[in-house]
Amino acid sequence: MERVAMNGDQAIALAWKQINPDVVAAYPITPQTIIVEAFSEYVADGLVDTEYVCAESEHSAMSMCIGASAAGARTATATASAGLAFMWEMLYIASGMRLPIIMAVANRALSGPINIHCDHSDAMGARDSGWIQIFGENVQEAYDNAIMAFRIAEHMDIRLPTMTCLDGFIITHSLERFEPILDDEVKKFVGEFRYKRSLLDVKNPTTFGPFDWTDYYFEHKYQQVDAMRHVIPIVKQVQEEYAKISGRKYDIIEPYRMEDADYAVIAMGSTAGTLKEIVDELRSEGKKVGSIKLRLFRPFPSKELADILEGLKGVGVMDRAISMGATGPLFPEVRSALYERKERPNVKNYIYGLGGRDIRPEEIKHVYKQLIYDEGETVNFLGVRI
Amino acid sequence: MEGHRLCAGCAEPIIARQVLMATEKPVVVSNATGCFEVSSSIYPFTSWNVPWIHSAFENAASTISGVEAAYLALKRRGKVTEDIRFVSFGGDGATYDIGFQALSGAIERGHRFLYVCLNNEAYMNTGIQRSGATSKGAQTTTCPAGTCIPGKKEFPKDLTKIIIAHDLPYAAQASPHNYKDLIEKAAKGFEANGPAFLNVISPCPRGWRHDSSKTIDMAKLAVETCIWPLYEFEKGTWRLTGESLRIAEGSKPKLPVSEWLKSQGRFSHLAKEKWSFIAEEIQQNVDRKWEELLKLCKL
Ligand SMILES: Cc1ncc(C[n+]2csc(CCOP(=O)(O)OP(=O)(O)O)c2C)c(N)n1
Ligand code: SF4
Repeated sequence: MERVAMNGDQAIALAWKQINPDVVAAYPITPQTIIVEAFSEYVADGLVDTEYVCAESEHSAMSMCIGASAAGARTATATASAGLAFMWEMLYIASGMRLPIIMAVANRALSGPINIHCDHSDAMGARDSGWIQIFGENVQEAYDNAIMAFRIAEHMDIRLPTMTCLDGFIITHSLERFEPILDDEVKKFVGEFRYKRSLLDVKNPTTFGPFDWTDYYFEHKYQQVDAMRHVIPIVKQVQEEYAKISGRKYDIIEPYRMEDADYAVIAMGSTAGTLKEIVDELRSEGKKVGSIKLRLFRPFPSKELADILEGLKGVGVMDRAISMGATGPLFPEVRSALYERKERPNVKNYIYGLGGRDIRPEEIKHVYKQLIYDEGETVNFLGVRI
Repeated sequence: MEGHRLCAGCAEPIIARQVLMATEKPVVVSNATGCFEVSSSIYPFTSWNVPWIHSAFENAASTISGVEAAYLALKRRGKVTEDIRFVSFGGDGATYDIGFQALSGAIERGHRFLYVCLNNEAYMNTGIQRSGATSKGAQTTTCPAGTCIPGKKEFPKDLTKIIIAHDLPYAAQASPHNYKDLIEKAAKGFEANGPAFLNVISPCPRGWRHDSSKTIDMAKLAVETCIWPLYEFEKGTWRLTGESLRIAEGSKPKLPVSEWLKSQGRFSHLAKEKWSFIAEEIQQNVDRKWEELLKLCKL
């Protein structure tokens, strides 16, 4: 299909238009709002026949998604920051009920102080809620992930809600040229929504969300753990199928110029794109460096990541969020992935970009320099006036 | 609904059965957290032979909104053909307090569902704490009767009126002792072709401190003292029903509030001389609200 120019939010609304979900329930919050505005225009113009509900809050939006999904409807929503935090209780219920709800998260800092710009604190706060979490690098990925997410979440071996994350403003509000796929291809790719049990199947009444005592709760949680184990191979398979119709080949982790690299920096979201530029520059200076874009954060691809990192000399982990009193949230995952490997690189943590602070090329070069010369602390802060 | 584990003498399952009897159509139920949910869905058993969903404490209304949205979408797409009705059950905590926003939003959006508040005037599931529906002067575990403060200081909020201010197609107050009245109201609610609200007094022997055999008597007394008037609001018109209509017409006496207060342990401290003024305040409040209601009902 022809290339079009849209921002990340509009691209997601376009994906939803092509998919035409049964139910979309949402509430506005910057930088997500454009998604629901753009989608409501499609509804208003009859370009989709989705049941579109403007909730009175994110808590209710997610509650409605839960009701709708349990009723056998393909369901989507979008939010950011405080909105995601306001859904927190319901996120666990959506995954606990194994409902394949799709949610676009336009990553934004959490209050206080109130700030509307990008960091990953919102998504990281939801990391233990049983949702699959995929991060995109640019508008193209925001669009592609929005489509693939339905196939992943709804896979009969998974049935888990899925978030596709895109960096607030950096992706949500930047106009980029990208290549959508044709409506028919999208429809064929996502297929019909299937479910095992539905609330609307009144002839086979089902009890959803019962009360569990100590005698069953643990087993039900284990079933979620087990479902998470199926995710990585299925994501890979969906990405391969998607490559056939789009020509774009994604992976859960994408190494860049890593073949003979000694040093690597890992990031999620838009920063992964910036890293590639710096790698090219440093490579031209003869430095053996590469970078790694992590697309799947939950489930965390520990083995796959360790396979790439084992034997390197130094690894920098870029965290656009912080777990107060500890480190950035990505950092311990990376270190722990390497723990059982024979040749463990030095791993350093770089906290950056909180509240939308720009990450500058010099800062990234500084990270590589620190890795190469083994300088800096275990946890470092980039671009903050200390 | 059968095989539940609610306390003996609990009014909640009686009300739910009466409500569900009011429609021949298939129903889907959503349920807020509370006594009713934890006692009817203990895995691997269920008391429900209709589709039922519980998702959280504060969102029975938004959860059913989602179910109804799915129903509209799937019906439009030919994937569902039955004519289904939707009903939510929530305690007074789930309705007056924490779930009020979700309920208000769902009504404002016009989802077609019947919301039933099982109003036992406190948070019973967590062990009898005050709610926005708790009577003035009642003792609960978070507004105990002490030497300085005699139980709950405030009058309950008049939720039925607040809901009616949404100008919805149908809203009513009912009581399980007058099952004919309750079932007729539920039937109207189910067929209201929009949001409908039913606030039902639900005596709780545990929290109210009355004998379990007296549940229905308590519900009746609430109506006879005008603590809990029976009325409905239908397409803009207010109407008294059942015993309340008979009291208004003079064919039945309006019992004093003191009868109500002395029937339950939660008000026992009000019998002390020191707190007798509270009983008077409650009586005055009941009288004022009753007069207001008579005017609204053009009586
Ligand atoms: C967000 C949240 N806060 C608190 C609770 C704890 N909780 C569970 S049930 C309940 C009270 C229920 O009271 P009510 O709605 O009046 O129903 P009842 O049990 O009296 O029938 C509370 C406080 C909860 N489940 N969720
Ligand atoms: S505590 Fe009260 S409301 Fe709860 S089950 Fe017992 S009688 Fe019913």
